[in-house]
Amino acid sequence: MKIVVCVKHVPDIQSDRRIADGRTVRDGGDGTLNELDENALEAALALVEAAGEGEVVVVTVGPDDAVDAVRKGLQMGADAGVHVVDDAVAGSDALGTARVLAAAVARVGEVDLVVTGMAGLDGLTSLVPSALAALLDVPALPLAATLEVDAGVVRVTRNLDHATEVLEAPLPALVSVTDQTNEPRYPNFKGIMSARKKPVETLTLADLGLDAALVGTSGAWTEVLESAPRPAREDRVLINDTGDAGVRLAAFLVENQLA
Amino acid sequence: MSDILVLLDHTAAGALRAPVRELVTLARTLTDGAVHGAWAVDGAEPDDAALAELGALGVGTVHRLTSDGDLHVAAVLAEALASLVAATGVGTVLATSSFENKEAAAHLALATGAGVVTDADAVERVDGRLVVGKTVFAGTWTTRTAVRTPLAVVTLKANSVTATDAPAPAAPQVVEHATTASAGALRVRLVSRTERPATGRPDLGSANVVVVGGRGTEGDFTQVEELADVLGGAVGATRVATDEGWIGHDAQIGQTGVTVSPRLYIGAGVSGAVHHRGGMQASGTIVAVNSDPDAPIFEIADLGIVGDLRTVLPQAAAELRRLKG
Ligand SMILES: Cc1cc2nc3c(=O)[nH]c(=O)nc-3n(C[C@H](O)[C@H](O)[C@H](O)COP(=O)(O)OP(=O)(O)OC[C@H]3O[C@@H](n4cnc5c(N)ncnc54)[C@H](O)[C@@H]3O)c2cc1C
Repeated sequence: MKIVVCVKHVPDIQSDRRIADGRTVRDGGDGTLNELDENALEAALALVEAAGEGEVVVVTVGPDDAVDAVRKGLQMGADAGVHVVDDAVAGSDALGTARVLAAAVARVGEVDLVVTGMAGLDGLTSLVPSALAALLDVPALPLAATLEVDAGVVRVTRNLDHATEVLEAPLPALVSVTDQTNEPRYPNFKGIMSARKKPVETLTLADLGLDAALVGTSGAWTEVLESAPRPAREDRVLINDTGDAGVRLAAFLVENQLA
Repeated sequence: MSDILVLLDHTAAGALRAPVRELVTLARTLTDGAVHGAWAVDGAEPDDAALAELGALGVGTVHRLTSDGDLHVAAVLAEALASLVAATGVGTVLATSSFENKEAAAHLALATGAGVVTDADAVERVDGRLVVGKTVFAGTWTTRTAVRTPLAVVTLKANSVTATDAPAPAAPQVVEHATTASAGALRVRLVSRTERPATGRPDLGSANVVVVGGRGTEGDFTQVEELADVLGGAVGATRVATDEGWIGHDAQIGQTGVTVSPRLYIGAGVSGAVHHRGGMQASGTIVAVNSDPDAPIFEIADLGIVGDLRTVLPQAAAELRRLKG
């Protein structure tokens, strides 16, 4: 079984994240592998281990730094990496990103399963997995809380706002996983050492045969006009409970017409 | 201005979900044309009550959307919607920001060449283009995004718009729109779908008031539930509380759970970890009850109470009951 895991290099969720000129600032040096993609890697590695055969390829799209996300995947146990880096990709919207990923996955070739995290913890659009599946023309099974592959069929359970669903589709297919799916492994010393020798292919849009006009700012179907940090809340009140905090809370709610 | 299509989320029993009222209200401000509704027929039909409600909101036509595939599968729904977009010539599709709808939005956008923006909290028309407001980075930044394509697909977060009835209500026309799913879309098989039983409380995702319990409850949600009920609100939880099995996973609020933006959020025994904040930071008024004065949630709370939730919450509930008489 050949599995591609798509990973994203994002600003650390604990850091001061910023936007400039409509784009996420990625020069902070505090970039990291999107946490949810660790669940995707774990799911892929576990499937290959269970099958007793197969290969996991990590694919990312992003500036030079983004290769760190691929390296982390290799340290966890993936076999090879692909890093698409091209200035023309900057400013892509979710669909543009999906186009580049789709071309990269197609280039890996003969893929049985594509696994992604349920969302990037920066933009949080959750659009890329479904768009990627559509572009690859494979069935999408997003938000898998559990997944299993048996006899060429992938089956997932997913917890939605109002219902729990079980979905099934024949391979090749795409699955996105949540942080409930598994507990990602930590890279061990051996993994870290062997990752250094694993191949990482660096590709441009030209290598992928992708028209630069379809991606990046020029190809984006949406355009960020403005961005600003949300103003801090004003008039914040902090009180210590000296026995009447519940009464004061009730009064606050009534005063502000919230009760 | 071109017409607008609103996806009419409904319960398995055929009742409109509350955020649909917001979508239609918003749609009326974005067009001087007609507002169409798409009712995906999944067993539940648009009954008289739903149609009356939609008429009052200003929906002129309700399209009874059917498919030979299962409309709960995103690719199937997206194909049906794409066919309806072509038939009606609408320029905008609005849907509520559920994960299911976002999945369909991605497929629909690619199929129709539409720019898509999810988790919007405001939408306006500027020089003919749709401009969409949303927050990113766990609710710490606001952005305004323009859609550059003729067709726009936007999913709106609940509690972003105050729903109002139309000035001139009408009885919507019900029109059949039968579609055929492609072989590609039919590859996904919905083996089962189990609706979650109704709790009697409002839906977490669209409630006006949400009371959230975290690790500080130590597994006892009685006081959280009591306060939620006095306020007519929903009960939410942190991941720690759901992981411990104190409450169902569907109650989890945060980046990987439900996103809420109620008028009032009350967190009890919740530290305010960044993953949690991402799902609630856009709430109107934030109240935190926590015994640790250094808890990060106090940084974003309009009212912070340093105290034990086990005494503060019941006292507040009792006082609210007293005030209400
Ligand atoms: C990839 C990833 C995704 C995640 N997604 C989410 C998510 O979507 N949602 C989410 O919530 N978390 C998520 N988390 C977990 C998150 O990081 C935190 O661990 C979690 O939110 C903490 O929950 P908590 O506030 O209940 O617990 P804690 O952080 O342990 O805080 C408990 C608080 O209760 C207070 N307390 C204790 N006793 C009392 C008392 N008697 N009265 C008043 N206060 C009391 C304590 O002072 C403390 O501040 C995610 C983590 C990861 C790694």
